Amino acid sequence: MFSRLIRHTALSLLLALISIVPAYAETFVFTAIPDEDETKLVERFRGIADYLSKQLDVEVRYIPVKSYAAAISAFRNNQVQLAWFGGLSGVQARALVEDSEALAQGVEDQEFFNYFIAHKSTGLERSDTLPEEVRGKTFTFGSKGSTSGRLIPEYHIRKIFGEAPEEVFTRVGFSGNHTRTLRLVEAGTYEVGALNYKVWEKELEDGNIDTDSVKIIWKTPAYPNYQWSIRGDVNERFGDGFKERVKQALLALDDPKLLESFPRSGFVPASNDDYEPIEEVAKQLGIID
Amino acid sequence: MFSYPTVRTTFLFVAIAIIALAFSDIAITSINPWRDLGRFFLGVVTPDFFSTEGLATAILRTVAFAFTGVALGSMCGFLLALMYRWRIVRLFSAFIRAIHELFWALIFLQFFGFHPLTGVLAIAIPYSGIFAKVYSEILDEADPEPRTLLPTGTSAISMFLYARVPDVWDRIRTYTSYRLECGMRSSAILGFVGLPTIGFYLESSFSQGQYSEAGALLILFYVLIATIPWWVKPKLLPIYVVGAPFFLGEGLPIVWGNVARFFTEDIVPSPIRNNEGLGEFGAWLGDLMLTEAIPGIWNTVVLTQIALVFTGLLALLAFPLISTHFGGPVRRTSGHIFLVIARSTPEYILAYILLQLWGPSMLPAVVALALHNGGIIGHLIGRQSNNIKLRADAARGLNRYSYELVPRVYSSFLAFLFYRWEIIMRETAILGILGVATLGFYIDSAIQNIQFDRAMVLILITAMLNIGIDGLSRFIRRRLALQTMPTC
Repeated sequence: MFSRLIRHTALSLLLALISIVPAYAETFVFTAIPDEDETKLVERFRGIADYLSKQLDVEVRYIPVKSYAAAISAFRNNQVQLAWFGGLSGVQARALVEDSEALAQGVEDQEFFNYFIAHKSTGLERSDTLPEEVRGKTFTFGSKGSTSGRLIPEYHIRKIFGEAPEEVFTRVGFSGNHTRTLRLVEAGTYEVGALNYKVWEKELEDGNIDTDSVKIIWKTPAYPNYQWSIRGDVNERFGDGFKERVKQALLALDDPKLLESFPRSGFVPASNDDYEPIEEVAKQLGIID
Repeated sequence: MFSYPTVRTTFLFVAIAIIALAFSDIAITSINPWRDLGRFFLGVVTPDFFSTEGLATAILRTVAFAFTGVALGSMCGFLLALMYRWRIVRLFSAFIRAIHELFWALIFLQFFGFHPLTGVLAIAIPYSGIFAKVYSEILDEADPEPRTLLPTGTSAISMFLYARVPDVWDRIRTYTSYRLECGMRSSAILGFVGLPTIGFYLESSFSQGQYSEAGALLILFYVLIATIPWWVKPKLLPIYVVGAPFFLGEGLPIVWGNVARFFTEDIVPSPIRNNEGLGEFGAWLGDLMLTEAIPGIWNTVVLTQIALVFTGLLALLAFPLISTHFGGPVRRTSGHIFLVIARSTPEYILAYILLQLWGPSMLPAVVALALHNGGIIGHLIGRQSNNIKLRADAARGLNRYSYELVPRVYSSFLAFLFYRWEIIMRETAILGILGVATLGFYIDSAIQNIQFDRAMVLILITAMLNIGIDGLSRFIRRRLALQTMPTC
């Protein structure tokens, strides 16, 4: 009885080891930061995977991740070769991978901005700056690693109030993503929140916002945001000129349905230097060394 | 009454919890907590089993990760148990089990990435430490008599296999299959950090407010756990263990260079990595301790002590629900259902649900920990109370509860509670990932900022704290002469 069990378990261990040896070689894998509802992301990026697969003539696969850090790690570890990053996550990821570069950004990402939103119970109205009355309210960021959900809002809060967010607000939370920030402020779980304007506008257009409960109180100045970043070593793996082909494929993307899902009106070339302002701010806040 | 050491200890811990409450952050911050709770329960009673395409796969993966992880853990644990008389092995085992599965997963994610090995090892490593301890305790209790009857010159291996193992084989088997149920829960929550188990989908549907989908996932999970006795049979076990590794999913290939980089660069404190000298390292460590480690430890301890006492309260209130000394079959059946749900839902999932509904504070964490752990202890002492034979003329109702039953089960109740003290603390640290400012919050923040050196120091501190509490708990149990069997 006992020895049989040992035999079986030893055999199964052996089989386990064999079965985890990867059997797939050259699939081009990409990921994206989980900044919105997952269902939407999966739908959007599966479309992109199909599109790229046709354009590039290789198998292309999208993998969903649960955190910004997971997206950066996957890119750094060469488990994904391409990623749709936010401004900050892109800077962080490219700093970790030699020769990686920002390939393309959305037309809107050149001049991106944020909305600060508030629940109706606060009585706050839209103004030209973040009003002093937000002091003492509860506040939620998006994800800890987000540009528009964390970095830029924190930068402006510190600039306007001269204090850390924890001192300005009675309670500071991290909702996880932009859709979640919207839902939490709409429900009054938090009184004030900050989110990416694109998510707000798309949800508004789709009729998913109860505008009686939540309204915009401030629009931030513009900054560069989302971009496609690619690893420096893709040409060695997928053939000469592969990086350029990916870039051209992204720039040529004109399927209105796919663009609408981002939502972006199109993609334009980007470079690492475009994101210097983001790097500056992240350094100031001590998010990157 | 105060002459009893158990009573004195109880009051001491209640007093600590009351002081901790004064320092804690307990609040419902959402404006409509009950509306959302209502929507959630509506979702549970109107489950939608067909909305997620990956539902069946998620269940399969959850089971596969549990089986592979627990099987590997029990094998390594058994080997460790054989060497358990060595101090170094005991320390090693205590250390690996002091780090929660989710933390292990977060570590492996950094270099194995989304490879099945991440999930398998995240379960197998802490479980090895637990198995090592429990197996060695079981082996130590084997009857020495058969060994003396073997002829001289019998090899140590034969002696072990023929005289020692057969005596305790049943207990090893029982404990291992019990651990499998724990493995199922561990496997489920690994989804919250991105592995393809139930937690992955549960997180998605909850965060998007799709409660019917979440309800379906929860119901499937309960059914899976509740039916274990029917589908996990000793004869089928080898088949499951052999088959499970094939159903882990393909994930993404491992790049081995990442492993080396993680250990030689990522986790090396940045001042040392950048050759800035020991002075800088001291400043770095001091800053980390002051701004993150100490607040994290403080909150972890405060939350643990409150949750411990509420767990005890809930267990004492809940055990009559399933005790044959009270109520009829209807009450007992509903009591059983309540306790099954409470104890099969991992704290992490309960806390996640409550945080979504009530907003962030320590309250959701306390309630989640108390419900889950109170459910486990309530179930165990409820069952135990059924073995108590009362006189025919024993008091009824409240008097029966307070004068007949509670005093008789109190020692084993305390034993279970103190045993779970360390488990509660380990979970408390983990709940930080959800936003409560315990150690897990700072560990998650460091990982989100790609500062693995900071994360590693904080994980080590968490492990030390757990080892400390484990030691204290064993000391108290020894002082009060409390004995218990291991739970998870």
